Amino acid sequence: MNTPREFFLMSNGTSVPWTDVPEWPAAEFVAATAAEIERGGRLCAWFDVSENSGTRLVAIIAFDSENTLAVGRSTPVTKSYPSLTLLHPQAHLFEREVWEQHGLVPEGHPWLKPVRRQNGDHPANGKFFRVEGGEIHEVSVGPVHAGIIEPGHFRFQCNGEEVLHLEIALGYQHRGVEEALAGGAHRATMSQMETVAGDTTIGHATAYATILESLAGTEAPLRAQWLRAIALELERLANHTGDLGALAGDVAFLPTSSACGKIRGDFLNLTALLCGNRFGRGLIQPGGCKHDLEAERAAQLLAKLRVALTEVDEAAEWLWESNSARARFEFTGTVSAKQAAEIGLVGVAARASGLVRDVRFDHPAGWHRFAPMPVAVWPGGDVFARARVRWLEIQRSGKFLEEQLGAPPDGEIFADTGSPAADTLAVAMVEGWRGEVCHIALTDSAGKFRRYKIVDPSFHNWIGLALAMRGQAISDFPICNKSFNLSYCGFDL
Amino acid sequence: MSAFDPITHRLRHGCQTMAFPAGAPPVLPDRHGGSLRVEGAKCAEGCAACVPVCPTQAITRAVGNPVALDLGKCIFCAACVEACPTKAITQTGKFPMAVRRREDLLLGKSGEEELRLAIALDEKLKKLFGRSLRLRQVSAGGCNACEADVNVLGTIGWDLSRFGIQFVASPRHADGLLITGTVSRNMELALKKTYAAVPSPKIVIAVGACAIAGGPFIGNPQILNSASSIVPVDLFIPGCPPHPLTILDGLLRLLGRLE
Repeated sequence: MNTPREFFLMSNGTSVPWTDVPEWPAAEFVAATAAEIERGGRLCAWFDVSENSGTRLVAIIAFDSENTLAVGRSTPVTKSYPSLTLLHPQAHLFEREVWEQHGLVPEGHPWLKPVRRQNGDHPANGKFFRVEGGEIHEVSVGPVHAGIIEPGHFRFQCNGEEVLHLEIALGYQHRGVEEALAGGAHRATMSQMETVAGDTTIGHATAYATILESLAGTEAPLRAQWLRAIALELERLANHTGDLGALAGDVAFLPTSSACGKIRGDFLNLTALLCGNRFGRGLIQPGGCKHDLEAERAAQLLAKLRVALTEVDEAAEWLWESNSARARFEFTGTVSAKQAAEIGLVGVAARASGLVRDVRFDHPAGWHRFAPMPVAVWPGGDVFARARVRWLEIQRSGKFLEEQLGAPPDGEIFADTGSPAADTLAVAMVEGWRGEVCHIALTDSAGKFRRYKIVDPSFHNWIGLALAMRGQAISDFPICNKSFNLSYCGFDL
Repeated sequence: MSAFDPITHRLRHGCQTMAFPAGAPPVLPDRHGGSLRVEGAKCAEGCAACVPVCPTQAITRAVGNPVALDLGKCIFCAACVEACPTKAITQTGKFPMAVRRREDLLLGKSGEEELRLAIALDEKLKKLFGRSLRLRQVSAGGCNACEADVNVLGTIGWDLSRFGIQFVASPRHADGLLITGTVSRNMELALKKTYAAVPSPKIVIAVGACAIAGGPFIGNPQILNSASSIVPVDLFIPGCPPHPLTILDGLLRLLGRLE
């Protein structure tokens, strides 16, 4: 057979007939994917599609500076293929995931173990990495944590206070999200998408709606795209503000902590003003939005937004001006730009290591094609940088909303999408508040979901937290963890 | 900035904690529908328009019977309210929704158009927990929205600790559990162990559609569909997620702190 030279190029929010996606024999496909990454690509997704004769591997690679996505696939494989992780560590979890689901062994993968598979009444964690030595001790935390947060297990290898290695084992929140999507869309699908990661309702719901619109060869009315962009920034404001408060709280800087806790709620209430629900449930649907933002409501929202922005400005200022708080953040939990690129960090964590990486800027879809968003980057890769990027984004989101609320496009907020095309692959990415939310759908001959893949930004980023803790005092784990604030359920699916 | 700024800020803003329950509750946004009212008697004969639009299979209508809506399964999307041609299902705008018994969430029959709100704990438990309740929160297959809005109760606007209610780090220090999430099979062991570690007498509160009946994921084989399949539940607080006001109202009802 003829081996293709190039991946299929597409842009965010579009689709391609499955037969047009170029295919390679597995080993050549791994080499071709590695070559794409070497020429500046980034692995957004690596997943499986089942066929009678085996499993196909599919790669979605982003070329950020070229605003392009490259798609390729392997011919069906049974048993094994040479591991991509050996060449590019950013593939490590994706390969574990495919292995867990299909038994397809990535030969040479350095740490092949389950991701979220069930083992009776708990996840199949597998064996943990262990540092040997008379002075080494192990600290085991979770799944149930001390605060009101989601469950996960952390295993530290320590020499005294110093953490030599942290291994993070998740899967406790696994609800079977992707499994339930086969043969869909079903009537519960929209609600399930809104709760993939409930704090990223707008991010995941927008990605899903875009997928269905793209598969039907249409897009939502402009006014609906505008509404989605507004809701996305409100979601970002609430979460970033909450994170600044939580970081302040973890270093016992209470003025900012208590102020931000309240202001976060004020931002959530703005989303509720828009759609009745603080997390944006029921706002987005394939084809558009369910609730409009009439002029009077927009004016009310803007007035309340300005108050909240002034308050968060003040609360953040106390934090930046406090030398003792800054001293706890600076040079704590550092991830270098080189490491960040190698492990494929996305979102706030990537930008805090100096990487220019933001879907709104690199792969604009929906309203962001008309209202560009600058990328908020801060060098350093430490807790301080991750806090600082959030602060920059709070300001940018505030400005964006002030501009956009005054300039709404006219028109409808909903238009029927029609049926999804058969045998088609669609990709939609949204810059959620944590980072890149990536959805991929492949339809069957009836236009139903044959495979639906969800990549929450946390899937890329948990390994970043593990690296940030290397050589760090174990007492710094809470602020390192908060500075990433990753999703458990978005990872566990 | 001077070191006094946070202090002057505090003085300027004064006490930011809401007056509720002594005073009026905070005003909810106009699009927040609140609890539902289901008047089965109003159903048109043979009509089942609401049944297929419900994403979580919360509505049934057996032949010859009025409609039955399970508010424990409900995620409050209001698709049924829009679909109903006779206005048999309506939004009430009411935020109190907590009940003590699972069956008190079933709506539709004559005399059971709305939910039957929670009554307080018995005198012995009220004496123990009424002025000091320590809870261990367990997220088991949740989406972090219920968790977030439980967390909100600790912020200055809500100040849950003024009622003597606090979330503690260890189940050994707790009087009960507050459970969120679908109860994934992967959390079954951890939830059982946490429950066992709480000294008796103990109470369990299930918050959100997932913890009551599986929420949007109802029926998925990877979940157990409810906290009550593992542990006895004393208070059910519906919602997706419930508004913090609904959660607070439920806790206060349980402790007999609402008149």
